Amino acid sequence: MSNPNNVSQNIRHDLEFIDGHALNIPTLKVLHADGEIYPGAAEPDMDQDTALHLYRTMRFIRALDERMQAAQRQGRVSFYMQCLGEEASITASAAALDKNDMIMAQYREQAALRYRGFTLEQFMNQMFSNELDPAKGRQMPIHYGSKELNYMTISSPLATQIPQATGYAYGQKVKHVDKDTNTLSSQIDNITMCYFGEGAASEGDFHAGLNMAAVLKAPVIFFARNNGYAISTPADEQFAGDGIASRGVGYGIKTIRVDGTDALAVYAATKKAREVCTMTGEPILIESIAYRVGAHSTSDDPSGYRSKQEEADNSETCPVKRFEAWLIKKQWLDLDAENKLNEQVREEILDALKVAEKVAKPELIDLITDVYDTPIPSLIKQFEQLETHIKKHPQAYPTTSGRLK
Amino acid sequence: MAKVNMLKAINSALEISMNENPMACIFGEDVGVFGGVFRATSGLQEQFGKHRVFNTPLTEQGILGFANGLAAFGAPTIAEIQFADYIFPAFDQIVNESAKFRYRSGNEFDVGNLTIRTPYGGGIAGGLYHSQSPEAYFAHTPGLKIVVPRNPYEAKGLLRAAIKDQNPVLFFEPKRLYRASIGEVPEDDYIIPLGKAQVVKEGSDVTLLAWGAQMEIIENAAKQAEEAGISCEVIDLRSIIPWDVETIAKSVTKTGRLIVSHEAPITNGFGSEVAATIGEECFLHLESPIMRVCGLDTPYPLALEKEYVPDALKVLAAIKQSVSF
Repeated sequence: MSNPNNVSQNIRHDLEFIDGHALNIPTLKVLHADGEIYPGAAEPDMDQDTALHLYRTMRFIRALDERMQAAQRQGRVSFYMQCLGEEASITASAAALDKNDMIMAQYREQAALRYRGFTLEQFMNQMFSNELDPAKGRQMPIHYGSKELNYMTISSPLATQIPQATGYAYGQKVKHVDKDTNTLSSQIDNITMCYFGEGAASEGDFHAGLNMAAVLKAPVIFFARNNGYAISTPADEQFAGDGIASRGVGYGIKTIRVDGTDALAVYAATKKAREVCTMTGEPILIESIAYRVGAHSTSDDPSGYRSKQEEADNSETCPVKRFEAWLIKKQWLDLDAENKLNEQVREEILDALKVAEKVAKPELIDLITDVYDTPIPSLIKQFEQLETHIKKHPQAYPTTSGRLK
Repeated sequence: MAKVNMLKAINSALEISMNENPMACIFGEDVGVFGGVFRATSGLQEQFGKHRVFNTPLTEQGILGFANGLAAFGAPTIAEIQFADYIFPAFDQIVNESAKFRYRSGNEFDVGNLTIRTPYGGGIAGGLYHSQSPEAYFAHTPGLKIVVPRNPYEAKGLLRAAIKDQNPVLFFEPKRLYRASIGEVPEDDYIIPLGKAQVVKEGSDVTLLAWGAQMEIIENAAKQAEEAGISCEVIDLRSIIPWDVETIAKSVTKTGRLIVSHEAPITNGFGSEVAATIGEECFLHLESPIMRVCGLDTPYPLALEKEYVPDALKVLAAIKQSVSF
């Protein structure tokens, strides 16, 4: 489109508006609920090890979610968020990435982190904000992060990770710019995966992030988890357009919508998206449709805004069961052995929980570390004043007073 | 040594930074082929290519979101916000993201490579949306550093320090002085450390403190006060965060008097923080109350700008009031 306005030249002389729903966006489904591949669908190239790792990750997360939801109800952790119903959406998309791709998630994507090898102990240390948590007990439960696993630490403010993902991905591209010729010298090796919900897509940062990625050409996959609800607000009170996918076209971004309860559809779409990103350096938008079967968080009670009937109608297709059916058809899975393994995992979770909740909280000095690379003078002074105060009143500050030097 | 204006000095600091690291990027609205609306990035796209020096869409929150991501990746990231008055759509990305990136991850990730350049302040008939001095909003957010240069030499050395510093730095450039302030600037690289104030002129009766474009005003007032027989010590704070309490306290201990001046509205301006801290540090040495000569608590005016600004005459009046208290 070589004109100053950067628009297509399609001249008409009869007045007609384009309908706001002119796009009839299809949804990719590959795997039938009974484990068969839909006629006309291509079974993605997934080896048995990947498939089993994906499956076990989903079951691990389901077990973790169940145990931690219960632990929150017992008052052992302050907060938790389940990803019930969205296990395939998150795990299968993560499985389609390279382990050196950066993941910038919203908060409900613990399955992606687990897929990359985050250990049970690491989950627990974060949730109990103890001194073994790399983030030094500073964030509410489930705000995980790992440099080693290329998983950016979660930030509560919604959608802030979207333009950041564009910037991070741009860095992954600029790495390949030749210093002498100022041109891209090779194919891009790694990309950024950005997860967010359909509610977060109402934030200005969503628009900014997608528009900038399209214009500046950043190799990022925007993965919209359309689970139908932003806490209590249903999607039809969030936007009037055709889902989130319709917006991709508006930004000039290649877009696809997938059934998020279908691990194979998610995997195939993400794998292809990654290929396009690395080849062209351009972004892709994937909208994954999977109902949020659980509550928004432990602070939420869905019975106040949706019916049991609605929940039942929308959670008929269990993403784990559907994938399991495929694995059984492939004769890749011994279900009895897996169920035993899962029982063992459930016990390990309880054991790890008991260990992590007894680990000490971070020391007082971690109140001021990492605000800057090194504490600035005013902060050192404030710390010294606080330390002196705590030493005078050790009984009032039992978490830290006993360990002051 | 060549005499250049502040824009040239800034341009030189940017050029050195781009040569220093092949990952360094400069971006913002109109910074590309045009070289920025004030021309601070002039010639840089030509020299370093479109991948590293580029226009962004018109979205300040996007610019800072993008900048946080790029800095987290590890690239020296120099983002321009065209006017400080337009930084507010990016407020969330700066105060909730840039400032807290390292802390919230326990140093797993950081955006220490980030520098945000933005022209601030009045004196260009810009009215309420091309004249603001928003430094105090950001000074209330732990995790950010804030720097304001007063002349070309300072601008180059402080900008180089800001870019190299491993914390996100907001670099407020006094746009009134972009072309008006001319001085000797070495062509080579040099650094002026952050967090250190500079005693620009020694004196014995009263300490005058400002930063950025307001330095010219208090230096002018000091000159007039000298003619009236009052000896002023003039200090450039340079860094708002972290700020050099020691140098200011030492001066006030000597003079017994302090006047702080800034263009931003007086209430909750950074002068308030200086006054409170120096009040504590120097209580027994003070001969008169610490005074603030600042903007009024109004939006920045247009037709009545001359009445609004803390000009030399207002500073001089405060000096006389302070010494005769």
